[in-house]
Amino acid sequence: MTEIIAILQGFFGFAWPLIYSMAKIVAIVAPLMLGVAYLTYAERKIIGYMQVRIGPNRVGPKGWLQPIADALKLLMKEILIPAGANKMIFLLAPVLAIGPALAAWAVVPFSPELVLANIDASLLYIMGITSMGVYGIVLAGWASNSKYAFLGGMRAAAQIVSYEIAMGFALVGVLMAAQSLNLVEIVKAQHGGMFSWYWLPLFPLFIVYLISGLAETNRAPFDVVEGESEIVGFHVEYSGMAFAIFFLAEYANMILVATMTSLMFLGGWNPLFDFAPFNMVPGFFWLISKVLFVLFLFLWFRATFPRYRYDQIMRLGWKVFIPVTLVWIVVVGAAMQTPYGYLFH
Amino acid sequence: MNFELLVFYFLATILLFAGLRVVTARHPVHAALYLVLAFFTGAGLWLLLEAEFLAITLVLVYIGAVMVLFLFVVMMMNLNIEKMRDGFWSNLPLAAFVGILMAIEMSLVLTVAGRTIGSDPHAHAAGYSNTKELGRLIYTDYVYPFELAAVILLVAIVAAIAITLRRRTGTKHQDPAWQVRVKRDDRVRLVSMPAEKEGD
Repeated sequence: MTEIIAILQGFFGFAWPLIYSMAKIVAIVAPLMLGVAYLTYAERKIIGYMQVRIGPNRVGPKGWLQPIADALKLLMKEILIPAGANKMIFLLAPVLAIGPALAAWAVVPFSPELVLANIDASLLYIMGITSMGVYGIVLAGWASNSKYAFLGGMRAAAQIVSYEIAMGFALVGVLMAAQSLNLVEIVKAQHGGMFSWYWLPLFPLFIVYLISGLAETNRAPFDVVEGESEIVGFHVEYSGMAFAIFFLAEYANMILVATMTSLMFLGGWNPLFDFAPFNMVPGFFWLISKVLFVLFLFLWFRATFPRYRYDQIMRLGWKVFIPVTLVWIVVVGAAMQTPYGYLFH
Repeated sequence: MNFELLVFYFLATILLFAGLRVVTARHPVHAALYLVLAFFTGAGLWLLLEAEFLAITLVLVYIGAVMVLFLFVVMMMNLNIEKMRDGFWSNLPLAAFVGILMAIEMSLVLTVAGRTIGSDPHAHAAGYSNTKELGRLIYTDYVYPFELAAVILLVAIVAAIAITLRRRTGTKHQDPAWQVRVKRDDRVRLVSMPAEKEGD
């Protein structure tokens, strides 16, 4: 591996750092996009089986090529721009939705060494970047020049901004326990089996983060934002690839929330039990299986729970989650001063 | 010219352009979006100064929260752009006066008082963490000013809510705790009715 890099370095000369970074970005984004494609397939299949249906099974063996066919179909469709729409912002909105969803992956560690940018404030960076995702939605709603899309955009933005606060406070608990903002350090602080991970001492924050993550990404049961067939959402006026980009962003955000949950509360690449044969399995495998587990939970919730009413969504965010996180942060801070403080590290 | 300087001029150009467009853009929503761009590039400049905490907080607070609410308001207002332009010439003298005053003040700060601030740019040691250093200073040396500022903000929040809170009458508000606690007997009355024979 190092020899190959040396040869390439000689070939590209001074442009090498740029090309090497580009290659690393592609190495993250390409599997992510494939993951998004097959997450939609998994969603349709899993919910299908939960509802005693078969799900997509026509394109390719057992329907395995369905997401590829969907992508092709969306690529071929015309992108309609409504009359009276603000054309520049209308086309900018999907870009602003997918940009943050992908940029956040720059600091996500996949193993202690495998991380694009191992910066000190990576937790803060993720919070900052993901907070910009709301612009895509607000602007899409406004630029469409349609009252339905506008109201949908407002509804979505209010929901996202509300749940961001609870999510941020949940992360404060994590950084108190790990005493670091660096994601690699946070995972290292959870070294050991499943009982040394943070889901146990920070259990209320874990639950708050998981549910806020659902609300952030507009997943069921908090999907009043789009409500696929019943409620008109911010993207009614979008078609073809412009519409697909919003969906790509939503699913990339879902995978991001699942990955962050695994890293911060489920021990990241630490094995389930810290003895053989569990700790002989590579860490990357553990991380992936935790991410898949959390994603499965998301799909399971969608198949199980009825949709929340909008005022109930707001009540849950502001009157339940934010007080719970505030109280638990104080509890963690106070407990760290007692002889039992080691339980929270 | 080293790489850092190149990045600085790149960001500074975008920042100046965005700042100019904030005041010259015809549409208020466009102006607000240019302000977002200005904040974002400003955060980039702060990153160059190794002030990563301030940079990311700028993105998180100003772009992620303040400007979103700003956009909300601008989008909902039914602005008459032509009417707004009418006041341009009558407001110009006052605006020009305030603008020139601010320019003089800023140049004074940068040339006279700023000599000690700006003249010695030195890089930090490798292990320097801006976040940790700021946290240490805020919670030790400057704990009272910091807490005072926090209390003032809290008072402002309470005041804003108190001013805008209107108790509406006739809402169908429901108490979820009560809804969850409800028993069958509160809603359903079982009536025992003997079966009736046909033709009686």
